[in-house]
Amino acid sequence: MVNYLAVTTEVLLTAVLLSVIVYDIVVKDKRYRKMLPALAGVGISLSAIVTIGVFNDAGTQSFPGSLFVLDNFAVYFKNLFCFAVTLTLCFSSDYIMEQTSHPGEFIGLCVSALLGMCIMASANDFITAFIGLELMTVSFYVLAALAKDKGRAGEASVKYLLVGAASTAIMLYGISLVYGAGGSMIFSEMKNNVHLFYGVGVAGVSMVIIGFFFKLSVVPFHMWAPDVYQGAPLPVTCLLAMGSKAAAIAMFMRVLYTAFPILANYWLPMLAFFSAVCMVAGNIMALRQTDVKRMLAYSSIAQAGYMMAGIVAADAAGMKAVMFYIQLYMIANIGAFAVLAAVEPKWGGTTHAHIAGLAQSAPLLAAVMTVSLLSMAGIPPTAGFAGKIYLFSAVVDKGYLWLAFVGFVMSMISVYYYLMVTKAMYRDLTDFEAETAAQPLEYSPVVKLVALCALVGTILLGVWPEPIAQLAGRAASAFMM
Amino acid sequence: MFDFALQSAWLIPLLPAIAFAVIGLGTRQNKQLSAKIAIAAISVSFVLAWSVLGAVLTNNITVEAPFIAKTVWTTIGKIELAMGMLIDPLTVVMLTVVTTVALLVEIYSLGYMAHDPGMGRFYAYVSLFVASMLGLVLAISFFQMYVFWELVGLCSYLLIGFYYYKVSAREAAKKAFITTRIGDFGLLLGIIMLQIYVGTTDFAELQLQLPHYIDVSGTGMLTLIAFLLFIGPIGKSGQFPLHVWLPNAMEGPTPVSALIHAATMVVAGVYLIARAFFLFNQIPIVLEFIAWLGAFTAIFAASIAITQRPMKRILAYSTISQLGYMMMALGVGSVTASMFHLMTHAFFKALLFLGAGAVIEAMHEEADIFKMGGLKERMPVTCKAMTVGVLAIAGIPPLAGFFSKDEILAAALEHNFFLFLIGSITAFMTSFYMARLLFVAFYGELKDDCPAEETNDFMRYPLVILAGLSVVSGIWGHFFGFGEWVRFGAPVHEGINFFVAFSSVVLAAAAIWLAYAIYVEKRWSAHGLAARWGIFYNLSYNKYYVDEFYVIVRYYGCFVVARILYWIDLNIIDGAINMLAKLTGAVGGTLNRAHCGSVQAYVICFYGGAILVMGYALIYAYKVLSMAGGAF
Repeated sequence: MVNYLAVTTEVLLTAVLLSVIVYDIVVKDKRYRKMLPALAGVGISLSAIVTIGVFNDAGTQSFPGSLFVLDNFAVYFKNLFCFAVTLTLCFSSDYIMEQTSHPGEFIGLCVSALLGMCIMASANDFITAFIGLELMTVSFYVLAALAKDKGRAGEASVKYLLVGAASTAIMLYGISLVYGAGGSMIFSEMKNNVHLFYGVGVAGVSMVIIGFFFKLSVVPFHMWAPDVYQGAPLPVTCLLAMGSKAAAIAMFMRVLYTAFPILANYWLPMLAFFSAVCMVAGNIMALRQTDVKRMLAYSSIAQAGYMMAGIVAADAAGMKAVMFYIQLYMIANIGAFAVLAAVEPKWGGTTHAHIAGLAQSAPLLAAVMTVSLLSMAGIPPTAGFAGKIYLFSAVVDKGYLWLAFVGFVMSMISVYYYLMVTKAMYRDLTDFEAETAAQPLEYSPVVKLVALCALVGTILLGVWPEPIAQLAGRAASAFMM
Repeated sequence: MFDFALQSAWLIPLLPAIAFAVIGLGTRQNKQLSAKIAIAAISVSFVLAWSVLGAVLTNNITVEAPFIAKTVWTTIGKIELAMGMLIDPLTVVMLTVVTTVALLVEIYSLGYMAHDPGMGRFYAYVSLFVASMLGLVLAISFFQMYVFWELVGLCSYLLIGFYYYKVSAREAAKKAFITTRIGDFGLLLGIIMLQIYVGTTDFAELQLQLPHYIDVSGTGMLTLIAFLLFIGPIGKSGQFPLHVWLPNAMEGPTPVSALIHAATMVVAGVYLIARAFFLFNQIPIVLEFIAWLGAFTAIFAASIAITQRPMKRILAYSTISQLGYMMMALGVGSVTASMFHLMTHAFFKALLFLGAGAVIEAMHEEADIFKMGGLKERMPVTCKAMTVGVLAIAGIPPLAGFFSKDEILAAALEHNFFLFLIGSITAFMTSFYMARLLFVAFYGELKDDCPAEETNDFMRYPLVILAGLSVVSGIWGHFFGFGEWVRFGAPVHEGINFFVAFSSVVLAAAAIWLAYAIYVEKRWSAHGLAARWGIFYNLSYNKYYVDEFYVIVRYYGCFVVARILYWIDLNIIDGAINMLAKLTGAVGGTLNRAHCGSVQAYVICFYGGAILVMGYALIYAYKVLSMAGGAF
């Protein structure tokens, strides 16, 4: 008997996706079209609520032949994805309507990317996982191109597509090698398969990992990221920085811990190495950036490094730390991008020069930006501090003291470029600048609401992290004792 | 109602905290609204605190069976940090005293601060202080207590420096903060060591585990821990030699002096020791030290107060002296006497300070008592209230100070006759300088250009209420079994010790008579006496040169070392750091140039990475193969 309950979220999201497309075709009235992002957001939230309601700690549900499982881990991530996409659609609803070339398609593609992410969180065999991954990635290829500024967005999209194709090819080849060595596509069936020790198996595992490195924009597979982040429309950059990364991390953890644990002493040192490289290179390259969007791209490379350090601590505490960290990183990202989405269309850019004087013209936004960036840097009492404590203590417990040390030092360095943004917003203005900054910046109440949510969430998670950390711990125990 | 209050006692500190946030973020500019928000919050807390008292009385909660509610705040490694509330009679005494005094002070401030442009800021800080103080009182562990301990220190700093445009206020704020920090550091070390050696800082758990720990490891380390813990109270409760900040703290607005530097924050140290008395009780040598240090502080500060001229400074030294009394009571093993005196002292000292504030405002910021005189005619209500306060602190029956001081002296007598003697001499001095303050400022002849008028209603009624409390709180405590209720171990109270009571009343009366003879009848000239006992007068008037001593220590101990370290920092460390920073920046710049925008380069880089990974895979596969001996 097929257990269709396991795909509830995906079915609901597909329904939302179809409704968005139909709505886009049928409704022509400008006034009603404006409600599209809100409607999509409501639909996604409803799916998330149903997911929580039905599967709150319900053990493991699986679909035929365990191709697809729904455990606490998957539910946790699905909710995160829904939450992230909903908030992104909320704060950028005006942006989407005015700054993108095809708003209807844009929102539809966001939902389809979300659908891909949800499949990735649940996939329990390579084919399903690959479908989810490509659904998400292909949606992003198109999304990156849908800006009014055709030149830069098109360039970003093509670059993403070309490098992405290379990575997909390598990953698919890797999957076929793993299948050849292990004789199965299902993660759990490969768990104790000694045939993975064959040269073919090791090569296949490496190639699969390279595929993930691309998604996580791990140095040196990161070259696409800054250009794409800068060129793509703002909401897309936001989703790429957190949604795409979180989905890749979720799938990465499931693959490593359930399919390849036997090769742990192969991939653990490699991951530790690349995690350190990411932290060092990401932070150092971010130092000189003057465009906040581009800076956030480099910083997201560094953040991927922190999260990978948590994966290296391959136990329940490490997983819990990673999942907690993803949560707070999402919130901080939403805060930062909500501010940029309000600023960019009005002031024409996101460089330090553009955001000068934001403290006078929109004090709330400047505060939200500052707190979000401080959270990314890990300064107490923001959530980032608690997150880094969980991460690095898990890493130290596993004996990777040097890795934690690299993390500490690099976090310190990162404070510099995060605070440079604050300095740009709060510094004294020249007379010429003061004239433009004198008028208050107008932004919609939705942006205000999302920004406030991000602010409160960041502080709350920092001051009292225990409830969410426990939730993450419960989700982590789904396949890690 | 009582049960509700008990379950939601966490609201008591939370409400003022919310008031702080609302005023600080929103209504700061609106003076009246800010004051209303703050007073509304503290009023509800006040009602809740007294309801908690009812709950404790009706639910049979005792010091042996406290009510504890807690939640895990965060887990770091193996250490679980919990926040919560511990409610027993000790807590309730503090809750009621703090909320009562805070409420009266906030109402008083409506009048006192009315013309200050920073009134909104004032109420925000005071609300934050009250929230922190109540959080401290409810703490379930040393850890939680330390968090709020630091917060009250911060509020004290902010409020002493409230008139930040005055240099003396800024300096006083810094002095208070740095001096108490020295103590806080000792406390922090003690708490960390407690966590390391005993494994918990939770009061209830400590109480269970401590006997076991002593059985296994002895009291050696615990003695050190107890000494370190006591350094915190030395700083916060103004014990010698860290008392120097408290007189300067009078730079803050007078309601703040009454609330923070007389009634509540400065007794936090006393409360900490009372709360952890099960720990200190295990180590007699520390208790002995506390007793003697307290006694010394009491007589030392009292001897300074005798010659001071500004009204608030006299009261400040009096506070130090009375805190020494409370410490002495703890040291001789009587938590009851100490907490009883803490309660009565909170009422009459707040009364005295608020009265002093009224007088000083009426005199247009003139604080020297010898420039006042005859204020009785101009400010009759204030004068009556001050008289009650002076008689209460002097220990004239049946006012509050009589009962609590009697208990302390009786406990001291039981422990050691010399402590009793010091206590009695201090009591004599206390009566003398308080009577001197009263006679000089309120009696005698009215000065010609005296601008004083009776104060307004907001300021007058709190004085009257506090005067009432100063009269009844001692009787109430004595006859309704304070000793049965707030205690450590078995109740030891055995009624009034008539020898002690008689001697202290005689001494107090003699001191008041002496002050009357000198300052009202002018039977002896005060100047003549000062001249005859010149050395002692100068020592006392200059506060035994402790401040000057610290200035010298600071100059030679700190500045010289600081200069050397500064040079090293500037030339060696900064140089290295700057070079590192430049290097990092340069590397960043170079790496960024690799992002030339050419997608071919990107893909090459991608495959380069892939080759790196595959190379590693090759080495690994080779290793596996050789380990398996070619079997694969």
